[in-house]
Amino acid sequence: MSPLLEVNGLKKHYSLGRPLFGHSREYVHAVDGVSFHIDKAETLSLVGESGCGKSTVGRAVLRLFPITAGEVRLGGERIDNLSAGRLRNMRRKVQVVFQDPVSSLNPRMRVRNILAEPIKNFGLVRSRAGLNARLDDLMKKVGLPADALNRWPHEFSGGQRQRIGIARALAADPELIVCDEAVSALDVSVKAQIVNLLQDLQRELGLALLFISHDLAVVEHMTHRVAVMYLGKIVELAPRHELFARPRHPYTVALLSAVPIPDPKAKRSRIILKGDVPSPINPPKGCRFNTRCPFVFDRCRSEEPELRPVEEGHLAACHLNDQPVSESQLRGVEAMARRIW
Amino acid sequence: MALLEVEDLQTHFRTPDGINRSVDGVTFSIESGQTLALVGESGCGKSVTAMSILRLIPEPPGKMAGKIRFMGRNLLDLSDKEMRGIRGNDISMIFQEPMNSLNPVLTIGRQIGETLRLHQGLSQKEAEQRAVDMLSRVGIPEPTRRVGEYPHQLSGGMRQRVMIAIALACNPKLLIADEPTTALDVTIQAQILDLVRDLKTDIGAAILLITHDLGVVAEVADRVIVMYAGRKMEEASVPELFANPKHPYTEGLLGAIPRLGSSLRGATARLSEIPGMVPNLKKQIDGCLFSERCYKATDICRKIAPGLEEKAPGHVAACHYASKEMVPA
Repeated sequence: MSPLLEVNGLKKHYSLGRPLFGHSREYVHAVDGVSFHIDKAETLSLVGESGCGKSTVGRAVLRLFPITAGEVRLGGERIDNLSAGRLRNMRRKVQVVFQDPVSSLNPRMRVRNILAEPIKNFGLVRSRAGLNARLDDLMKKVGLPADALNRWPHEFSGGQRQRIGIARALAADPELIVCDEAVSALDVSVKAQIVNLLQDLQRELGLALLFISHDLAVVEHMTHRVAVMYLGKIVELAPRHELFARPRHPYTVALLSAVPIPDPKAKRSRIILKGDVPSPINPPKGCRFNTRCPFVFDRCRSEEPELRPVEEGHLAACHLNDQPVSESQLRGVEAMARRIW
Repeated sequence: MALLEVEDLQTHFRTPDGINRSVDGVTFSIESGQTLALVGESGCGKSVTAMSILRLIPEPPGKMAGKIRFMGRNLLDLSDKEMRGIRGNDISMIFQEPMNSLNPVLTIGRQIGETLRLHQGLSQKEAEQRAVDMLSRVGIPEPTRRVGEYPHQLSGGMRQRVMIAIALACNPKLLIADEPTTALDVTIQAQILDLVRDLKTDIGAAILLITHDLGVVAEVADRVIVMYAGRKMEEASVPELFANPKHPYTEGLLGAIPRLGSSLRGATARLSEIPGMVPNLKKQIDGCLFSERCYKATDICRKIAPGLEEKAPGHVAACHYASKEMVPA
């Protein structure tokens, strides 16, 4: 059976406008060759720092803009080149929950109309009674009182608004929901509520989630597999336990070690990366991480490592995982990975 | 005598639909060299507390009462001019958003030098020289070149380093850091926390750290105060609070955070939720402010607000039901 969502060699480059005189046109390489798949009822998380391209991948999956290269398949069918008319049905299957629950709800629409819009738009119910039943059901699913339907978005707290955002995504009866930093703006106690809600809904409805987040602890809590992105590329992709227990890319290790753990007794060694993420306009030659990698050697500066399996289902793009590398270097990453726990 | 003693601080705001009690009777103190963290969720009054200490609350609509004694002087009694002599000199502040808190049309050298020229009467040249020193101290490469650059030429992490350089230029006795790493990526956050730890031992200033991230608290603070709805709910040393939370709200907060490495220990349990949401601060609430959301709450909680009580040595909490250990008299 083919996976629900397949992304192959996805690229998205943004032009920086008309060049000055003889210079060649410059491009931001926001996403530069990304491939992954998501199965039905599975959560895949995209993690990385700001500017790594994780949101751009999410938007490409939603087809909010044309992509530069590559293909996106939903249920085996290519959706990146669909005509506007055929796109409609695809749009029903893929929905989104945004980060900011304040700006992503129309302040001039009652909750009832916000939720009814996708249902009517896709012609999912025939009668008024059917619509009402469906709205009541949605409120129940996301844990809001039924009388909330007649209120305005500003009457709700941040967590409740995020519940409305989730209800709106569910209204179209989707197969995949893209959660773009959907819990990042919420307070601790509310975040836990929404994380639990998303997990319950996934179990109940068999939804697939593309969970985009910079928060590794939340990701670890709710994902099945994780893809780590750096400067527009996936550097490591693995099942949750594999990635957190045995990371095979130095960037993943550094990222994990940088997260502060709420336990004053935790004694961890920390790998502090020097400097900042380079510009995606002129990404470094060779491995994109070579400017900050503590294990960099000559080959990293000239040859770009491919994302390839290091174990069953575990992909990493790092020369250290290749055979010719000296034993001591390899031990370095593994020892480092062990020390952070 | 403690460096800073805040006594029954009340900061209220007049709004069209009633008085908002943002901070309602908060008492604490900080010793020199100590790092005290104020944690809580949005709207709990942690930032308003910090702004009150620097007297940055506009009056009206704001109104402050209580005492803020800094080195023995009550800051609330000082004139505006005296207060200006303290801000950026004895007490300085780092804000969350480094882009919005730097002036985009002045070089960073000018901005670091400004406090030095104002408070220490340095000449432009001396100030520039000190600015270069400060930049290298906060770990900015090529400080002599960077000193002439503008904020937009720097990355987020670098801007936050510049903010820290400005804050530390006059060797303050108290540094207030309001969510200093919240806007930064984790790898950059790690760099900045590392810097703060190094500088702390270097300069010996007291730090008041305001954050919502218990992970950050565990890493850098000595003592911690948990705030909720404008009140102090619990205060303890950092190891004590994490090992032995007394207040049900603190317990709830600690249970609600997903922990990195949890899947390795086979812990895939649900996160514990704190049901409901923060009460409206404009309404008068007689009982415990947390009673609506508390799993231990009974009638007494809804009627009588619990006072802060020492539940274990150096560990206070405001809860009728928090377990109490023997406190030596």
